[in-house]
Amino acid sequence: MNLELVCPAGTLPALRAAVDHGADAVYIGFRGATNARNFPGLNFSEKEAAAGIAYAHERGARVFVALNVYPSPATWEPATAVIDTAARLGVDALILADPGLMRYAVDRHPALRLHLSVQGSATNWRAIEFYRREFGVRRAVLPRVLSVTQVSRLIERTEAEIEVFGFGSLCVMVEGRCALSSYATGHSPNTQGVCSPAHAVRWEETPAGRQSRLNGILIDRYAPGEAAGYPTLCKGRFRVNDSVFHALEEPTSLNALDVLPALMAAGVKAIKVEGRQRSPAYVAQVTGLLRRALDLCAAAYPGRDEGRGDDRAGSPASWTPPADLLSALDALAEGRTHTLGAYHRPWQ
Amino acid sequence: MKLAVGPILYLWERNVALEFYAALCDAPVDIVYLGEVVCSKRRVLQREDWPMVAQALTDAGKEVVFSTLALIEAESELATMARITDSAGGCVEANDMAAVQYSAGRPFVAGPHLNIYNEATLGMMAAHGARRWVAPVEIPLTTIATLGATRPPGLEIEVFAYGRLPLAFSARCFTARAQNRPKDECGFICGDYPDGITLYSRDDQPFLTLNGIQTQSAAVQNLLPHIDALRSAGVDILRLSPQSQDFPAVIRAFRAALDSADAATRLPEPSLPGGYCDGYARGEAGIDHAG
Repeated sequence: MNLELVCPAGTLPALRAAVDHGADAVYIGFRGATNARNFPGLNFSEKEAAAGIAYAHERGARVFVALNVYPSPATWEPATAVIDTAARLGVDALILADPGLMRYAVDRHPALRLHLSVQGSATNWRAIEFYRREFGVRRAVLPRVLSVTQVSRLIERTEAEIEVFGFGSLCVMVEGRCALSSYATGHSPNTQGVCSPAHAVRWEETPAGRQSRLNGILIDRYAPGEAAGYPTLCKGRFRVNDSVFHALEEPTSLNALDVLPALMAAGVKAIKVEGRQRSPAYVAQVTGLLRRALDLCAAAYPGRDEGRGDDRAGSPASWTPPADLLSALDALAEGRTHTLGAYHRPWQ
Repeated sequence: MKLAVGPILYLWERNVALEFYAALCDAPVDIVYLGEVVCSKRRVLQREDWPMVAQALTDAGKEVVFSTLALIEAESELATMARITDSAGGCVEANDMAAVQYSAGRPFVAGPHLNIYNEATLGMMAAHGARRWVAPVEIPLTTIATLGATRPPGLEIEVFAYGRLPLAFSARCFTARAQNRPKDECGFICGDYPDGITLYSRDDQPFLTLNGIQTQSAAVQNLLPHIDALRSAGVDILRLSPQSQDFPAVIRAFRAALDSADAATRLPEPSLPGGYCDGYARGEAGIDHAG
């Protein structure tokens, strides 16, 4: 059994692009503040979701619905309505972060398959086992904080399937444990599904160069001719002890291709691509490239199941991702460069 | 309302920490949280120091709670959490679902780093043994009031009322990064910064604080002017987060505000750069300050 490729879709055309280019599963969200990509013009109506699910199922792909915010009392009813809709539409899995919503889903729709969202912040086997034993969660998506060795050890201790991020924008902070956006802008990933929202961004042309502000806070300033990226606040340049630098993280994308065989050997079930806010063209390209990488890796390392837990959990020296694949992905990446992130201990 | 002193979030020298806790024995606070929440490599106190400190505080009439790590990744960190939970006898603050799972029905305090945002989750945590809920810092006071009105019987509500706000955790150590050191060879450089390192925007606004793998606000959240609103929201306990300077004065000001109907108590401007903030309580950006 090969690694499953799970791709993002913010719109019906993006869903079709992902399915057509080799996604095993596509994850989507409904309109409104019930998922972590709550951007204008994005996400699905019930009718679009039904069409997307039909399109995917006819082609052997699955559709997951992400409802990965933590509702407050005021947003509880819209959130549970999404669960009811997802169950009615026959989605293949519901991706949840909030324990209260899991209880609701289990009580009302016991047949619905549940995945623990990356926003659930489960970074160890005990936390994952809590959700598995309590709600029968079948799969957990790991926050982008663990090294490959830690991923491998975690998998040995839980019966839940493990999905990890393989490509896309990089959260530097533990997902579900980051209030930086709400601190700076009042808009929260946890409760509203937004980070560094576009309405809070202001671009300014000054004698010192172009600069970006988020709710008035200067996130970065660019020299003439320097590429200016979206001012996600953890990727700005700040002054610390008289040095100005990317104090938290550079604008860069996560790319786990270098450690794919190690992730396979560790027993990872699925590789997730970030980016429901991306265009259908982007989704098509990234899905196609990741599909090729996963197929190459599976061909190079057959019989992964027997190898589980063996010493290949380092990084097999024989694996080098094809250079054309890496450069094609870099061309699509934030900052046009990539990192292994926390998978590689020195990043930490 | 009661006053609590939160866990020390920084790497203080052992003697400084011991003196801090000795002084708390005589301070007008009701609850003291001990232990390490941020970094498993840090040893503010030796393992054998903690029971001694806890005993002294208990003898002085304080309720003692042992806080556990917020970001648990390694087996060794799980083992430490388990050891603290077993020895704390129900007086443990869970900051990760691993600690809730391990508690297995024993009483615990649901810490600010568990994501509890609604009645269903709060009720479930109470059923698992939570006797107190420390609200996540970003929750507005109106939401706390709503949850307070429907809370499970006997559940106490605690709010982060004073200090640099704990905002985020990462696998990366930002203090080591700022010194160009690898995390595995950090040399405990965070020990040089007893209140963290202030991060400024390029136009010199104090914005955040780097504290190892934790990112905090640069501004100090101060809810002293909101005590009446906290009281009417049903809040039982106010948490004051330790800082290296002026902490006794902070305790005195909150105590005076709680003990007298006179709400005119004010604190002088903080010695840390960044001023005060109180936006979260009002449902605004956390950095906002109305006073």
